[in-house]
Formats: sequence, C-alpha cells, structure tokens
Amino acid sequence: MTTRRRFLAATAGLAGGIGFAVAPRRADATLAAMDEAVRKVTGTALVRKGRVKLDVPPLIDNGNSIPLSVVVESPMTATNHVKAIHVFAERNPLPNILSVQLTPRSGRARVATRVRLADTGTVLAIAQMSDGSFWSDSTHIVVTLSACLEEALI
Amino acid sequence: MARAVVSVPATAKRGEVIEIRTLVQHAMETGFRRTQLGELIPRDIIRSFVCAYNGEEIFRADFHPAIAANPLLVFSTVASASGTFEFKWAGDKGFSLTESAKITVT
Repeated sequence: MTTRRRFLAATAGLAGGIGFAVAPRRADATLAAMDEAVRKVTGTALVRKGRVKLDVPPLIDNGNSIPLSVVVESPMTATNHVKAIHVFAERNPLPNILSVQLTPRSGRARVATRVRLADTGTVLAIAQMSDGSFWSDSTHIVVTLSACLEEALI
Repeated sequence: MARAVVSVPATAKRGEVIEIRTLVQHAMETGFRRTQLGELIPRDIIRSFVCAYNGEEIFRADFHPAIAANPLLVFSTVASASGTFEFKWAGDKGFSLTESAKITVT
C-alpha cells in the first residue's frame, strides 16, 4: 500500500531527477556557445593564464549594470603591445560582451566599461598580443538579479 | 535625441598617458527581452565606437548586447601633439553620433 510518506518521497525524487536531467543540458549549450565565441577570436592558438587582470565585483545585486575593467601588463611599444582585448560571459544568451582594438599609441592597456550579466557564472577576458600570443583571466561572479531576459514593462 | 559626454584633459605633457572617458545616452535594447504580450523587442544597440587622434585611429571597440544602457567606455592614449580627438559611434536603426574634444600638449 502506498503511504502518504512514500508517495511524497517518490515524487520528490522524480522532481529532483528531472531538474538534474534538464539543468546540465542548458549549461552545456551556453558553454558550447562560449567556446565557439572564444575560438572565433583565438583560432587554434593556445590561451595562457596570466598578464591579464579582470576586475569585476564578485557579488552583484543587479546584473543590469556592472562595472568591469581589464588591465593587461604590457610595455605598449611598437614591437610589443596588446592588439585586442575580448571579454566573454559564459551564461549570457550571447557570450560576447566587448571587443576592443588597441595600438601602441594607447600607452597603457586598460579599458573599463559597464556590462550586463544574465546569470551567475564565469566572466573571461582574453588579450591578444602583437606577437600573436593570447593571455587570459577569469572570475566567477554571483548575480542575484538577472539582466537581459526579464520582461520589459512596455 | 542622443547625447554624448566625453572627458579629455584640457592640457597634458608630451608623452604622458591620459585617460579618456566617454558616455553616450542609448537604451542598448538587447533583443532578448519580450513585452508583456510576449512579443520580442527588436535589438537596438550601438555596434561600434572609434576614436581618432588628429585623424589617426587610436582606439576601436565593438559593442554587444551585454554592454549596459548608456555605454561608458574608459581607455587611454599617449598625449603626442596638440589637436583634436574625434569620437564616433554607430549602431542599429542608422544610429550615428560624433563628438570631438581638444587637447593642448606642452
């Protein structure tokens, strides 16, 4: 005989199972989109950690406007400078956030802006050097209120 | 009417690295949001930004929907000669805006 307690335990297990089955698939889809966006920039080149410093607050109340800055260690001379900086967010519907192109005349490889984040996840900054090498930095960020996907009040 | 605010130091020493701040009034509609009736709101964002110093391009940025409304952009350059900075934004629905600033280099 099915008791109330057994019935509840069984349905809870089922609900948990469904949740587990669905959630990773969605995560895989966004991660694949991020990989593709990154590969479009880097090609087959190796992306190493270091030389880049991504500065974003680790805990965010409102994902609609988040201060973000990227600094890259570089002398910024004609022979050794940062050519481009790219920023990606793994949980955004479109992983690309910003791409900037720098020249030796930039003097310092620093860029700052305000961004939107749709969900808790990793933000990645990649710098392309004039010698063709790629360097990166990433941060895990917790977002309480999501941007991009909320219903507009119009 | 869209407006832009740029902040460039009025004077600088030759060879000094100066910081340039730009702010544009723009909703940066992402194209992922829906109205309460479920219709998708079309994307309307600024796509590109170019800064030229005495006619030579020194900085370029490509924006995506993940840039917050009223895009702020802070970057730097080396003050090499007196002259003007030209800032140009371009985006969806024919959005185009230019702004300029003068600098005196000693």
